[in-house]
Amino acid sequence: MTTTAAAAPVAALEHISRVYRMGQTEVRALDDFSFTFRQGEYWAVMGSSGSGKSTLLNILGCLDRPNEGSYKVRGEDTQDLDDDALSELRSRHLGFVFQNYNLLPQLNVLENILVPIFYQDVPPEGIEERAVELARRVGLGTRLHHRPTELSGGQQQRVAIARALINDPALILADEATGNLDSTTAQEILALLDELHGEGKTIVLVTHEASVGNRAQHLLRLKDGRIEEVKHNREGKL
Amino acid sequence: MIRGALWRTVRLGVGSLMLHKLRSMLTTLGVLFGVSSVIAMLAIGEGASKQAQDQIRALGSQNVIMRSIKPREDFATGSQATRVVSYGLLNEDLARVEKTFPGVKRVVPVREIPLEVRHQDRALNPRVMSTLPIYRDVTGRVVSEGRFLTAADEAAVANVCVMSDEVARYLFPFQSPIGEKVKIGADYYVVVGTTLSRKRLGSDPALAGEVSASEVFIPLETGRKWYGDMQVKIRSGSREMEEVQLHEIVMEVDAPENVPMVAAAAREMLARNHRQRDYELVVPLELLLQAEETKRTFNIVLGSIAGISLLVGGIGIMNVMLATVTERTREIGIRRALGAKRRHIVTQFLVETVVLSVSGGILGVALGLLIPMYVEYKYMMPTIVTPFSPVIAFGISVGVGIVFGLYPAWRAANMDPVEALRHE
Ligand SMILES: Nc1ncnc2c1ncn2[C@@H]1O[C@H](COP(=O)(O)OP(=O)(O)OP(=O)(O)O)[C@@H](O)[C@H]1O
Ligand SMILES: [Mg+2]
Repeated sequence: MTTTAAAAPVAALEHISRVYRMGQTEVRALDDFSFTFRQGEYWAVMGSSGSGKSTLLNILGCLDRPNEGSYKVRGEDTQDLDDDALSELRSRHLGFVFQNYNLLPQLNVLENILVPIFYQDVPPEGIEERAVELARRVGLGTRLHHRPTELSGGQQQRVAIARALINDPALILADEATGNLDSTTAQEILALLDELHGEGKTIVLVTHEASVGNRAQHLLRLKDGRIEEVKHNREGKL
Repeated sequence: MIRGALWRTVRLGVGSLMLHKLRSMLTTLGVLFGVSSVIAMLAIGEGASKQAQDQIRALGSQNVIMRSIKPREDFATGSQATRVVSYGLLNEDLARVEKTFPGVKRVVPVREIPLEVRHQDRALNPRVMSTLPIYRDVTGRVVSEGRFLTAADEAAVANVCVMSDEVARYLFPFQSPIGEKVKIGADYYVVVGTTLSRKRLGSDPALAGEVSASEVFIPLETGRKWYGDMQVKIRSGSREMEEVQLHEIVMEVDAPENVPMVAAAAREMLARNHRQRDYELVVPLELLLQAEETKRTFNIVLGSIAGISLLVGGIGIMNVMLATVTERTREIGIRRALGAKRRHIVTQFLVETVVLSVSGGILGVALGLLIPMYVEYKYMMPTIVTPFSPVIAFGISVGVGIVFGLYPAWRAANMDPVEALRHE
């Protein structure tokens, strides 16, 4: 199985520019950037600091809008969507994993996993059971009612991954998901992501570490808001 | 499902507030005191005004009362062992009212006799009034046992008396006083009836610290026959004779709209006939209008105080909510990233603010209901909690929450998600 033209595009960027103006100077965080992430692909994004990785992820995640160019999620152009529609899109089709976990301190594990569902007008049937199942899946079946402060960093990141999976997203976006973890814990998280990839999830993972980058199926290297290198470590699924 | 979502938002809001218990508690204080003072002051004001109005009504709102008062002693000298002071309403005044006042339906004179009332070893100094049978009707006294004075008593110059319940209870603790004899001064009187006790009115002549009015009535002629117009008062060694013809003249006006006219006529007549100011005119209807005016003023002052305290409470809440929003910028970013729409964020913070102000409101209602109870118990002041005042106070606290929560919630909802996520 090849990824060339077979799989459907999940996130398609065309001539995207994201420009920050600071007084006179102008920073092109993304500069005429075109790329397509397809169904089932697992991409690592690397590049030096300031190369535009987070900017790319924010645009992919519909948290930020480009100054120029078009961005399509599953064929739908995001340019015409208003704030509410973008939020809806995030809550239905996107999953986020952050470097610092970003769990809500006042909620327990189960509630944290369910947050994206809170914001859907009609929650899916049996969603609570699904949340419990996901918690079990990431190895936190016995800690459903713990608060984030009662968990280790690795456990918190597992909760965050479960939360990113609750809406069965088309695209999982992870910015330095292992950046705060020791290598053993990081390996566990990466193994979990590999597993998800194996199940056909589409993943974009930003990382600084070459070992992490080489582990992914594909590697995208950025420099000054442009693509410097595209590398295929493995073809197809694991 | 919508209701479920709101309930969940409320629960979440409470959860977030519980993360900062002390701060949340302190924040509610403003609304708490605002609301409780509104309820308490309304209750106390309402009670006081009701009391005043009851008292005035008890005087008879269609009555105009002339009363003798002792003028200030300008020429008093301590050296005189015995002297006579003449003052007060005259029989002449009574005659004039009876003859020439239009609009007056009935007139009843009262003389007061400063004597002790005694039964066996129990003695009392009530207000002993010698008056006509119509006094009962004109002033609305109610007979509780036996009968009031009659025209026959008057004609016979009988030695009979009627006493108010508290006098009867004191002098005859174990029996009915009807048919018994009491000694007033040096003479014996047969008790023929009792009247319901009534609260002592602010305008009643003061009797040492009593709550209800102790009264004894005897026929007008009987009083005149035995005690004349001259009264002897023994004061600090010197004997003082007072000559007062009438202590009170109560005029019953035929219609309420004629009360001002009769009052004016009485004022004019008294001013013309008396060289010194040895009388006063009590017009319950005027007092009633005054009391209503006072109440209106009180309500305006009260309203302003309540408004200010709720404003201050609301600003306090807004202040804390703005700080909360800044503090929770990251949380807002996370929620937005996970799919929260602007209105979700607005609802979340608005609900939190309303939960704050409503808990203040509930505690305030509780405190506001306790204060009147305490005041009533401690100071014997009547209070009236109108049922709608807690409801209104509660509604107001919800309103305060919404009004002062809107801006912080709006600020939260309009944060840029990327910026918010980057916030430390
Ligand atoms: N809000 C902003 N205002 C101004 N400039 C910004 C802003 N956000 C990003 N930039 C600039 O855009 C460029 C790309 O930033 P970005 O955060 O995407 O880098 P990155 O690749 O994620 O870096 P790092 O590895 O350090 O996280 C940088 O030069 C940065 O200074
Ligand atoms: Mg970055």
